[in-house]
Amino acid sequence: MFDGPEPIYVQIAQMIRAQVLAGDLAEEEQVMSTTQFATTFRINPATAAKAFTGLVEEGVLYKRRGLGMFVAPGARERLMETHRTAYFDDVLAPALAQADVLGISTDELVAYVLGTDGHRPPTTTEES
Amino acid sequence: MTPAPFGARLDDVVVRFGAQRRMTAAGTTVKDDATTALDGVHLTVRPGVITGVLGRNGAGKSTLLSLLAAFARPTSGSLRVGPDGALEEPWENAWVTANVQLVRESGDLQDEEKVSESLKYYADLRPYWDADLAGRLLDLFEVDVRKKPEALSRGKRSAVGATIGLAARAPLTIFDEVYLGMDAPTRYAFYDEILADYAEHPRTILLSSHLVEEVERLFEDVVVLHRGKVLLAETVEEMQGRGFSLTGPVAAVEEIAAGRRELHRQRLGSTVQVTLEGAPDGTAAAAARAAGVEIGSLPLQDLFVRLTQSPRDGARASADAAGVRGGEAGR
Repeated sequence: MFDGPEPIYVQIAQMIRAQVLAGDLAEEEQVMSTTQFATTFRINPATAAKAFTGLVEEGVLYKRRGLGMFVAPGARERLMETHRTAYFDDVLAPALAQADVLGISTDELVAYVLGTDGHRPPTTTEES
Repeated sequence: MTPAPFGARLDDVVVRFGAQRRMTAAGTTVKDDATTALDGVHLTVRPGVITGVLGRNGAGKSTLLSLLAAFARPTSGSLRVGPDGALEEPWENAWVTANVQLVRESGDLQDEEKVSESLKYYADLRPYWDADLAGRLLDLFEVDVRKKPEALSRGKRSAVGATIGLAARAPLTIFDEVYLGMDAPTRYAFYDEILADYAEHPRTILLSSHLVEEVERLFEDVVVLHRGKVLLAETVEEMQGRGFSLTGPVAAVEEIAAGRRELHRQRLGSTVQVTLEGAPDGTAAAAARAAGVEIGSLPLQDLFVRLTQSPRDGARASADAAGVRGGEAGR
């Protein structure tokens, strides 16, 4: 766990953000304590605390005195917004750059996205 | 009750061993040169923090740790140990020594007695001894306390040391290479127990180890000793902030790395990994993302190796390149 190249506290923060985005952590739900994080993932409790501090500043978590960390109301909506903006730069742009390298045409990409080429795996969309 | 954790402060501490005159067979006297174990150490150990003590063989780690527990005395310089605002000299100081538990690689067990007798001794010695924890750890490590230390394997003797260190709940707890002979599952169980007990009973823990990759995540602070001097003492975060790595296609990496000081380079075909000084700024991060270059943090192990290479391997150059203050490398 947390074997990525970024500092561990960054990876912990990313994991919690992903859980909130996916709805695995509901708003007002309690997050694991720094002690639980430390013993579960074999890290210094201060490292986990640093991840929490960042998430509090972002408005993803808030602290209830004496009780622990909870997911802030509206956290998921806020994360959706920032992640939607970043999606094009962080996810799609590199994928399209790779498509250029491989000589995949825009038409092929569009056909894939629209599912008209028969290759697109089924996706679950809550909107439909 | 959890007592206040102990910190420590060392100012210009020097330790020399073994300078003495001896008589030769021919009747003349010869003066043997002293070995300098610590050569002007300045260091502050933060209370309530887990600090890693790293250094190559002979760097002075064990000497430094034994000073804190009053197992040895500085030749010169000032050394004080205690809770915030009440630090005292440890030498022949009953209050300090009762509250500092040093576990050495040797274990400091009573060789002629069963292990259970050694445990009784430490239970009497340590004011915050937790017998339940000791019992649980001995079960976990599967130690037969009816045996004498010599009848135990190296790993089991280390496990007894680990048990004493944790169960003592001392405001300053020091583990000096206590992992020796432990198999990997036992070592990880030991790390887990340190973290679990530290979280519940915060105290100052110093841990020396050569297994840097295994233990680096346990640390909040790191001290690197080299040839009897403190090469650096800072938080793990600051230490990791000394450098970062870029991995990707040569041309793209070169472009982002341009103008930065390079600490290390590894090349595999058309892919290159360079380790650079400092932290990546926003422009570099954006450029890396666009070019498919991966930005990585600097593993403590890599930085440690580069900082403490022998002078022939260019230790001075590495230390300078890593921006180490004091410029004491390679002396």
